[in-house]
Amino acid sequence: MSLAKSDPSLQRYSVWNRLNHWLVAISFVLLVLSGLPFFHPFFWSLTALFGGPTMTRILHPWIGLFMTLMFLFMAIAFFRESLIRRRDIQWLRQIRDVLANRDDKLPPVGKNNAGQKLVYWIMLGCIALLLISGLLIWQPYFAGAVPITLRRLASLGHAGVAFLAILTLIIHVYSGIWVKGSFQAMVRGRVSWAWARHHHDLWYEEEREKARKHRAISSRHDTPTNRQESP
Amino acid sequence: MRGDQINLQNVIARSATQVESPRQRDGGVEKVTKLIDVSRCIGCKACQVACAEWNDLRDEVGECVGEYDNPLDLTPDTWQVMRFNEYEDEQGNLEWLIRKDNCMHCAEPGCLEACPAPGAIVQYANGIVDFNSEHCIGCGYCVSGCPFDVPRISKQDHKAYKCTLCSDRVYHGLEPACVKSCPTGSIMFGTREEMLHLAEERSDFLHRRGFENAGVYNPEGVDGTHVIYVLQHADKPEIYSGLPADPRISPLVDAWKGVTKPLASVAIGLAALTGFFHYVTAGPKEHGEEDEAAVREDDAREREREERP
Repeated sequence: MSLAKSDPSLQRYSVWNRLNHWLVAISFVLLVLSGLPFFHPFFWSLTALFGGPTMTRILHPWIGLFMTLMFLFMAIAFFRESLIRRRDIQWLRQIRDVLANRDDKLPPVGKNNAGQKLVYWIMLGCIALLLISGLLIWQPYFAGAVPITLRRLASLGHAGVAFLAILTLIIHVYSGIWVKGSFQAMVRGRVSWAWARHHHDLWYEEEREKARKHRAISSRHDTPTNRQESP
Repeated sequence: MRGDQINLQNVIARSATQVESPRQRDGGVEKVTKLIDVSRCIGCKACQVACAEWNDLRDEVGECVGEYDNPLDLTPDTWQVMRFNEYEDEQGNLEWLIRKDNCMHCAEPGCLEACPAPGAIVQYANGIVDFNSEHCIGCGYCVSGCPFDVPRISKQDHKAYKCTLCSDRVYHGLEPACVKSCPTGSIMFGTREEMLHLAEERSDFLHRRGFENAGVYNPEGVDGTHVIYVLQHADKPEIYSGLPADPRISPLVDAWKGVTKPLASVAIGLAALTGFFHYVTAGPKEHGEEDEAAVREDDAREREREERP
C-alpha cells in the first residue's frame, strides 16, 4: 500500500475540472487563430481555417462568448486555490531558481504555485476586458450604437489585451510541457505522490493528512476485507 | 461601360498589404479633385439624386422631421447628403449654410489604415479612395478609422459603403455624377492642380465680396483631401454642420494600427522560441528519486503510527 509508486494515484483535477479546462483551452486556441488575422495581415491566411475572412469575422465573437462562459465556471472552481499568499511573493522573488530548476531552494508551494496563480489572475482580467471591448466593437450587433471614440479605444484595448493573453497562454502551455507530469495531470486528472511532494509540498502534506483521516474513519467503520488499498 | 471592372493596375495604397500593389499603370496619371463651392450651393439636392441614380442606390423614403436635411444622415444607400445650418453671424445676420457631405477621399485615408482585409480598400493613382466591397468582411474598422464619419455598414449584406467619387465614371473620362448634375456650378471636378487654383480664385472673389475669412478647406492633418470646399467662413468649419476644424487619423487608431502590431507579432514568435530554448538549455522540471524515497519514508512512518495499538 505504498504511496511512493510512481503511477499517478493522487487526484488533482476532477473530471469536471478537466472537461472545463479543455473546453476553455480549445476555444481559446480557436480565438487566437481567428483573431490574429485581424491583428495583423501577416496572419491573414488563418482565415482559411474558418471558412474565409467574413466567416472568421462572424465566428470569432461567438467563440468568444462561449469561452467567456466556460472560463467563468473555471474561475469559480479555481478561485480559492488561486488566492495569492505571502509565500507566493517569495516564490516569485526566486523566479531565477524556478527557471533554473533549483527546486530545492524554493519556498513551500500549495496546490498552485505563484506562476499558476498569476496565470489565473491575468487571464481573469484579460478575459473580462476582452469581453467588454469585444462587445463594443461587435458588428453588426452593438458597434453601431457605440460612440466612435469608445469604439477606437475598444479596438485598441482588444488588440492589446489579446496580446497579453496570448503571451500568458504561451507561458502557460510551455509550463505544461516543461514541468513533467503536469500535462498528464490535466489530461487524466491524477499525479503521483512523489510529483506532488516535489512540486507542491504543502498540498502533498494536506493530501496525506486527508488520506490519513480517511483511513482512520474507514478502519473504524469497515471490516478489514473492504479496506481501501490506497488512500 | 458602367459596372465594368475598374483599373486595378494603378493602385498606390491597399489595405492590410505590406508589399507593393500593382501600380505599373500610374505613369502620367494626374491626381483628381472635386471642388465644392459652398457659396454657390442652393441646396437643390440634384447631386443627391444624381448620385442615387448613377450608383443604383434607392434608399427607403424616410419621414420629414421638419428640416430640409433629407435623409438626415449618410446611410449605406445614401452616399452624400446636403446638410443645412441656419447660422447667425456676429452682426446678427442670418446665413443659410448648405454643405454637401460625402467621402473626402483623404490623401492619407484613415479607413484604409484601419482596414484588416487585404485589398478591401484601395487608393488609385488619381487619389480616389475606393471600397472593393468583394473583399470587405464587414468588421466596421473603417468606421473607426475615418476622421469624417463617412462609411456606413449595410444592414443587408453587412459590408461598408461610401462615395466612390464615381471611380467608374472617372476611369472612363467622365466627371462624377454629382458634378454633372449641379445646376449652379457649385460642384466642379478636374485635376488637383486646376481645382486648387480655381478654389483660390473663388476664395479671392469671396474676399472681395466681404467674406474676410473665406478660404479653401483642404485639411493638412490627412495630407489634404481629394474633395475640397470653398467656405465663406474657413476659420470656423464647424459651423458647416460639424465639418472638423483639424481632422486627422485618431491617435488611438494610429496606436492600434501603427508599429505596435508588427512588434507584438514578433514578440509572440519570440516568446514561443524563448520557451523552446529554455527547454533546450535548462531542461525539464522533474521530480527525482529523492521524492520517491521521501514518500516511502512518510508511508512507513504513518503505517508504524497507525499500527501502534
